[in-house]
Amino acid sequence: MKFGDFVSRDAIRAQLGADDKESAIREMIGALLEAGNISSDEAESIVKAILKREELGSTGIGRGVAVPHAKHPSVQRLVGTVAVSGEGIDFNSLDGEKVQLFFLLISPPDRPGDHLRALENISSQLRDETFCRFLKQAKSADDIRQLLEEADNNGFAS
Amino acid sequence: MAETATRTVTVNNPAGLHARPAELFVKTAGQFEAKIEVIKNGQRVDGKSILNILTLAAVQGTELSLEATGPDAHQALDALSELFARDFDENGTVKS
Repeated sequence: MKFGDFVSRDAIRAQLGADDKESAIREMIGALLEAGNISSDEAESIVKAILKREELGSTGIGRGVAVPHAKHPSVQRLVGTVAVSGEGIDFNSLDGEKVQLFFLLISPPDRPGDHLRALENISSQLRDETFCRFLKQAKSADDIRQLLEEADNNGFAS
Repeated sequence: MAETATRTVTVNNPAGLHARPAELFVKTAGQFEAKIEVIKNGQRVDGKSILNILTLAAVQGTELSLEATGPDAHQALDALSELFARDFDENGTVKS
């Protein structure tokens, strides 16, 4: 599964204004709402579901990366967004480092395979140092879109 | 002398080897000195890295080989296969 298959282009954010975990999640959900990927009636419930998942253990998986996610019945297919914070946000990551790269995923409850394939794509691209470094330096949503496209076209990971 | 031990396990929890089980796996693997590798259909990854484990996209039903090399290889594999045996404490309920 490629980034293009689940990342909402219009919800990509290069400079998160949030300075804590909850507001970062809210900002990304707000972006998905603005992009028309989720409905305003469901936004709060999705935020709650993601925060609840974070309580089980941070999705900050280390190396400045977090994959906040939840299953939610209001989405028909896997949808997600990518956001970058230049300064990094405290996310209670497993390695204690601040998070700069966020890949937020919302999946329908009955599709665990799609979720795993999205994680597979994210993690395999992130193993590439160059991709990680460029993404952290992204100044605009267009920069991010370009990097994701290059990754999809095998510009980074083999 | 470093000894190598291998074991085959199956992912049985419905959600597969997603972020939380991967974290549990890595935390457990990290308690041992042995080098741990996870192999899926010839794809071999470092068992002490969450990013690496997530690249396997191991859905329910996937068979994995665990390979440990080091003085505590057998103990490591005991602890790790125990995680699969108890479905990473997900008890059949699909959590994300």
